[in-house]
Amino acid sequence: MTISGRVYVLGDNIDTDQIIPAEYLNLVPTIPDEYQKLGSYALAGLPLRPGDPPFMPSGATATPYAILVGGKNFGCGSSREHAPVALGAAGAKAVVAESFARIFFRNCVATGELYPVETPERIVGAFHTGDEAVLDLEAGTLTHRGTGTVHHLRPLGDAGPVIAAGGLFAYARQSGMIAAPPPVSPTVDGGPTAGPDD
Amino acid sequence: MSSASMTMTEKILARAAGKAAVTPGDNVWVQANVLMTHDVCGPGTIGIFKREFGRGARVWDPDRVVLIPDHYIFTRDEKAHRNVDILREFAGEQAIPHLYDVGTPRYRGVCHIALAEEGHTRPGEVLFGTDSHTCTAGAFNEFATGIGNTDAAFVLGTGKLLLKVPPTMRFVFDGEVPPYILAKDLVLHIIGDIGVDGATYRAMEFAGEAVERLTMEERMTLANMVIEAGGKNGIIACDETTRAYLRTRTPKPFEPVANDPGARFFAERRYDARALEPTVAKPHSPDNRALARELGGVRLTRAYIGSCTGGKITDFINAAQVLRGRRVAVDTFLVPATTEISRGLRSETVDGRPLLQIFQEAGCQISLDASCAACLGGPRDTFGRINGPEVCISTTNRNFPGRMGAKEGQVYLASPYTVAASAVTGRITDPRELLS
Repeated sequence: MTISGRVYVLGDNIDTDQIIPAEYLNLVPTIPDEYQKLGSYALAGLPLRPGDPPFMPSGATATPYAILVGGKNFGCGSSREHAPVALGAAGAKAVVAESFARIFFRNCVATGELYPVETPERIVGAFHTGDEAVLDLEAGTLTHRGTGTVHHLRPLGDAGPVIAAGGLFAYARQSGMIAAPPPVSPTVDGGPTAGPDD
Repeated sequence: MSSASMTMTEKILARAAGKAAVTPGDNVWVQANVLMTHDVCGPGTIGIFKREFGRGARVWDPDRVVLIPDHYIFTRDEKAHRNVDILREFAGEQAIPHLYDVGTPRYRGVCHIALAEEGHTRPGEVLFGTDSHTCTAGAFNEFATGIGNTDAAFVLGTGKLLLKVPPTMRFVFDGEVPPYILAKDLVLHIIGDIGVDGATYRAMEFAGEAVERLTMEERMTLANMVIEAGGKNGIIACDETTRAYLRTRTPKPFEPVANDPGARFFAERRYDARALEPTVAKPHSPDNRALARELGGVRLTRAYIGSCTGGKITDFINAAQVLRGRRVAVDTFLVPATTEISRGLRSETVDGRPLLQIFQEAGCQISLDASCAACLGGPRDTFGRINGPEVCISTTNRNFPGRMGAKEGQVYLASPYTVAASAVTGRITDPRELLS
């Protein structure tokens, strides 16, 4: 699996309130319209300095950045699954960071929204937002297209088989923990029956 | 030292996995005793449950599912109301008895405190919740941790979850805490020491004479904030204080766990409780530690007392001890965590005066509507929400950018004593200046 695209560079301790501010947690990720809306608010809580480009350009439905590059403790704070969902719904494919907060990492794996990949060294200084990069998950490398520098990644470890299977439910079915999936029905995919939707 | 010597956390997980012993790093399928969800994460969890297990699927055990709407309750936001409706519909369809529904006498408020009040936190058990502060229940000698919607949907259908056994970091407080020190000071002190990722993937055990002397409410404050150090769970031994609390809350039997002799710890830190001073976390991180007495130059525009961390009855009693006979100098917002605490504001007294009267006379703005309120900002019309460049001191748990609302806001975290003292002076104040 290879992911190519522009990177969006962040610092340490990017918490889930910055990834998806609480005022948007009234949106339910399993309702398709609201899933898309969560994407439009991805990283809306990030304080920007003058001149910093936003992760989601104003009015855009998708982010121009496929890969987030972060420092330590990415995704700390709340257990809200809305956080990896918002980044995934915005069109991001992976977060490459020095370390992850446990619940965020697990939510990435369980939902299959994003690949959370750790680096043995700090790489936030090696990239600028907008740089082009190639993430090769098999080779375990993140390559800066401009400079050609290759950064090595940590193996996915215990999460590897779960991601490879396609998330927690697929892994559990593969290992015989739960039965085969229910028959696909269009009414199921929309999640719970919603009330009046403003 | 036997290889089967285990910590409390390891013993609970071994029991829940049906194994004689587990070792940190083992991945085990663990049987849940209770799954809790609320109005913010419940609807998504239910959506995944139906998508993955089928529309007609049944939860693994309706009596072990607890639904506590608490986040966005007292708001005009229509989606927030819709989300509570989804919980209601699911409880009806699945015959789940434990729905603490909005607008009924059963409504409780903040899930972590309501879980304890309603007897759902029991020693030796495994509690999963779709909220990172589920770790609060570790105060009751159980394994309790926060999970996402997908994991929770899996638990709803199977009662099980794949977990990695965490190694335990042990924090021992020797001696008795001085009268101006509260559990919040202890935990902010620890987080300042080890950092916001200092316990990632690990259990945090709290022990020592100072912890043994704490009330259950204060122990809950300790366990509540382990997530602020990245911890997977917090845990405290079961003793007579634990049993006394549970006696009036649940008739269900439970089996506490204790560390085995020879149990191995990833790390042990010892503190002299007598030497602690009132502690504050500065913006914008819970590990940005300072002493209250060092921050006297920080002018405040508001104070906030509430949430699972700092909105318990003991937190209000402590705040009232400082506010009694005084006036606040800045806007001071008070929100009880639960309806039981809300009633307690009228029935509990300090020096013979009801808490509510003390707070009213001090000029506080009090909401008797128990909920998470402004701890996490929430919808724009949330009581106490920071909607501009406020400088706030708060008994809550997080001070990330924008956590209580506007990104321009600055939040200082502190104990109820320190928050109350600071509200009186309008600047960050060591409560020793005001406590007699």
